[in-house]
Amino acid sequence: MARIVGLWFILFAVWLLLSGHWDSALLVGFGLGSCTLTVYIASRMDVADHEGVPIYWIGRFLLYLPWLLKEILVANINVAKVILSPKLPISPIMVVFRSTQKSDLGRVLYANSITLTPGTITTGVEGDQLEIHALTRKDVDGREEDEMDRRVSIVEGAS
Amino acid sequence: MFAVAAVGVGIGMTLVMIRALLGPTLYDRVLALNIFGTKTVLLIAVLGFLAGRPEFLDLALVYALINFIGTIAVLKYFEVGDLGKASEIGGGRS
Amino acid sequence: MVWDVLSWIFILGGLFFIVVGGVGVLRFPDVYTRLHAAGMTDTMGAGLVLIGLSFQSGLSFESGGWLITVRLLMIWAFLLFTSPIATHALARAALHGKVEPIRGDVEGGDS
Repeated sequence: MARIVGLWFILFAVWLLLSGHWDSALLVGFGLGSCTLTVYIASRMDVADHEGVPIYWIGRFLLYLPWLLKEILVANINVAKVILSPKLPISPIMVVFRSTQKSDLGRVLYANSITLTPGTITTGVEGDQLEIHALTRKDVDGREEDEMDRRVSIVEGAS
Repeated sequence: MFAVAAVGVGIGMTLVMIRALLGPTLYDRVLALNIFGTKTVLLIAVLGFLAGRPEFLDLALVYALINFIGTIAVLKYFEVGDLGKASEIGGGRS
Repeated sequence: MVWDVLSWIFILGGLFFIVVGGVGVLRFPDVYTRLHAAGMTDTMGAGLVLIGLSFQSGLSFESGGWLITVRLLMIWAFLLFTSPIATHALARAALHGKVEPIRGDVEGGDS
């Protein structure tokens, strides 16, 4: 139930931001109506209640985001150097990492964070084993990944 | 300055288009088209500022959605050969 | 004025990453390595350009500029969510389609 109400509020906030209509009662009424209809259909389709995003992660996620953006910037510069160097010093490699997250969503966040930093992409997830393709061998020396794993676990919470 | 940005994005789109034409595998082409779509989103946003019409951003947002869904649909079509069937890989396991 | 200079810097930085990403897609030898170059365009290239544009629209309530800024940031957030999923789907499909990743030290890109 809480997730359905949360979904409704998020939908309506997005509607307000995208439309920019705050004053016309008729238009806002239509917005309210369409949000309610969407939430009704979502709850009938049974996609709203147990597959939602836990809203209580958001605070910790916003703390994680700046670190992730910094990692993305550093990795981008590294890959740009590789691309621009005339010899193209790449040594592609496939490795398997273990993730310590407990929930599926935590694992998704970890895998997506790995993919977002250029130089490493997740190509497969089997249980808690992540299969990773790396551009150069030193991209997967494990230091950034362990740090990222630890931080994603913090986002996930100890629960 | 927006004109410079539009030309820069255009150069990037040209480079990616060459890769889409060269191939060699299907996945290279799909990848190139995916990047091409992302750059189209940027180009629409920049052109909106260039023309002084920020409503273009709504188009960019919708294009980003369609680009993502289109990439997934094309990949699924070539993997399974049917958009209605469930994928053999990755589906049903957790 | 300061914001103009800042937005110039961000947009030019984004264009740099976009063009380098395009060069990378051309130079790298196989699909999996090209995915790394694609990720560069999706994350930093798009992000820096959109942030640079948002410095132009500003945060003013009167002219409604902050709505444009919110829209630009929404586009970036959306790209950050979808780009790893698309990359993962591509890598998965390519592995399933029996495209072998090249391994080890490789010299120079062909075509």
